[in-house]
Amino acid sequence: MGQDQLKAQQERWEETTLKKFATKTPERLPKYVSASSEEVATLYTPLDCEEGDYLSDEGFPGEYPFTRGVYPNMYRGRLWTMRQYAGFGTAEQSNQRYKYLLSCGQTGLSIAFDLPTQIGYDSSNSICEGEVGKVGVAIDSLYDLEILFDGIPLNQVSTSMTINAPAAVLLAMYIAVAEKQGTSRVELRGTIQNDILKEYVARGTYIFPPKPSMRLIVDTFAFCAKEMPKWNPISISGYHIREAGCTAIQEVAFTLADGIEYCKAAQKAGMEIDAFAPQLSFFFNAHNDLLEEVAKFRAARRLWAKIMKERFCARDPRSMMLRFHTQTAGCTLTAQQPDNNIVRVAIQTLAAVLGGTQSLHTNSRDEALALPSQESVQIALRTQQLVAYESGVANTVDPLAGSYCVEALTDRIEEAAAAYIAKIDGMGGMVEAIEAGYVQREIQASAYEYQKAVEMGERVIVGVNKFTVKEAPPSGLLKVDLGLREVQIGKIERVKAMRDAVQVQATLGRVEAVARGEENLTPPIIEAVKAYATLGEICDTLRRVFGEYQSQVIF
Amino acid sequence: MDKQKIRILIAKVGLDGHDRGAKYISQALRDRGYEVIYTGIRQTTDDVAKAAVQEDVKFVGLSLLSGAHNQLFPKVVEKLRELGAADIVVFGGGVIPADDIPFLLEHGIRAVFTPGTTTDQMEEFIRTVMEESA
Repeated sequence: MGQDQLKAQQERWEETTLKKFATKTPERLPKYVSASSEEVATLYTPLDCEEGDYLSDEGFPGEYPFTRGVYPNMYRGRLWTMRQYAGFGTAEQSNQRYKYLLSCGQTGLSIAFDLPTQIGYDSSNSICEGEVGKVGVAIDSLYDLEILFDGIPLNQVSTSMTINAPAAVLLAMYIAVAEKQGTSRVELRGTIQNDILKEYVARGTYIFPPKPSMRLIVDTFAFCAKEMPKWNPISISGYHIREAGCTAIQEVAFTLADGIEYCKAAQKAGMEIDAFAPQLSFFFNAHNDLLEEVAKFRAARRLWAKIMKERFCARDPRSMMLRFHTQTAGCTLTAQQPDNNIVRVAIQTLAAVLGGTQSLHTNSRDEALALPSQESVQIALRTQQLVAYESGVANTVDPLAGSYCVEALTDRIEEAAAAYIAKIDGMGGMVEAIEAGYVQREIQASAYEYQKAVEMGERVIVGVNKFTVKEAPPSGLLKVDLGLREVQIGKIERVKAMRDAVQVQATLGRVEAVARGEENLTPPIIEAVKAYATLGEICDTLRRVFGEYQSQVIF
Repeated sequence: MDKQKIRILIAKVGLDGHDRGAKYISQALRDRGYEVIYTGIRQTTDDVAKAAVQEDVKFVGLSLLSGAHNQLFPKVVEKLRELGAADIVVFGGGVIPADDIPFLLEHGIRAVFTPGTTTDQMEEFIRTVMEESA
């Protein structure tokens, strides 16, 4: 059947069958929109995906443009890594949680650090009051990381560390702990988040201004390319931008624009694209709108492959593969009727898996209330295991491909994200767009519209603005001990008494000298860490050279 | 109630960078006619109290999602007292377990708004406080 004939038939159907039915049963809403406020049609047909060609647009998994997945047999070969983000209190407490998660069948570790660690302060700094050990584990020196991984063989697990501004310091500590266990750095598998650009627009744990931050990141690219072939030196993250309230299209656009900026910086520092691009990894959000989210992951893969091939002239196919971690959307969790969150997370898990993720964190039902309890964490992990082993969706590759709706959404998201990226290019790139406040304003506008629609009841949140009940406050929430800061201060004092002060000063002097010059900063940071210089001491040394970022308030 | 004359400082204390809620409430209250100042993230309790006095606000809304509220919120109240500005009304919001709310109320936080709170509810609170002090 030709396109013209199909078009005529569709028009006939709209005018007769649909119209007649709609006189008795009109559509419930004047307009249907996705979670990202994109209009959704009543019906999708081949007419909505008529442009393009299967081989060039979708192709085969494991081959350019990777729309259908980065690996040829996807989950039939290997399931995604089930990686629950965890960490709280002291290294001792978190070490217990990791051992518990591994014993439940988790296949990789994901380390949550507390805010002082993420912003490069020792727990003893007065600015850290109330924050030590709260949203993650407190790490002040190599001593803490040794305890954190005690009894966990680092040659057997892969470890993801959510650390950005001081990423090089935590990478250095990880290498040092592994070497003490007898594992060489070349064998280590894992990821440092190391994505500063999204910290300026969404997450907030920046330390230094953009220019020296980009240099630190490029230094880790070069170091890992040479010494750690199995390590991802960055996880370019749209997750937090989405949490801050942007749309699916903006999530793809801003994340890939950040990726472009890192590639430009590495090339400027003299690296060949294929020397580092295979080690770049990504991190996306799995939000509520199942079909839109699946399309988002597919669009992101195709767009990144094209950018790498056409813009950066990459030749190695691995440079064109967008490998990504996913986390279910924390911002969709409700404090009301928190058990409903189990269902939300299950739908989001499906989106991530149908979208071809390489690893996944599922949120716990109680995270709108507190840090998750052990029982909630187990349900979250079991949700992944149910999807993996019972739902059947992992049995074939990219099962939603060819759905008229999903393909049309994939095209739409790719096209709109590419238009955003062109606009950001026009501003000079992501650093300039951030400095101009453009990205922040775009996110803020989307977040505001979304929440307004919730308040108006135009967007239904079950248990919040519809189907509400009176309920008693929840019990059994996890509490973090308030005396943690004192415990950490005691540890810092013991470390300082034990270490060779002359050696500490010498290694910190070397960090400062290299920071002022152009050599790679990673090796001197490793030396400082091994001498038990604290995280705060190393970051303060860099603060003296690089200065601190002053954010602009945009709202 | 002349909303334009009601000045509100929305502040992020501590090291937490999650400010979607703080920005939303700032913009929503501004759209309803209040005069709103937002501090941006990573403010110390001293900074916030001083800014509140300098800006001559009637309300300070503190937002925190990291769990440090029990330590940090009461400090803002204390500091305002030290600065002779005990009349400034402090309220809070964020991921705050129900168990912690009585403690915060005892320490001078006039209201605590948890996830799901609407702008209407917040406006109702502002109106009630203004009527009491009228």
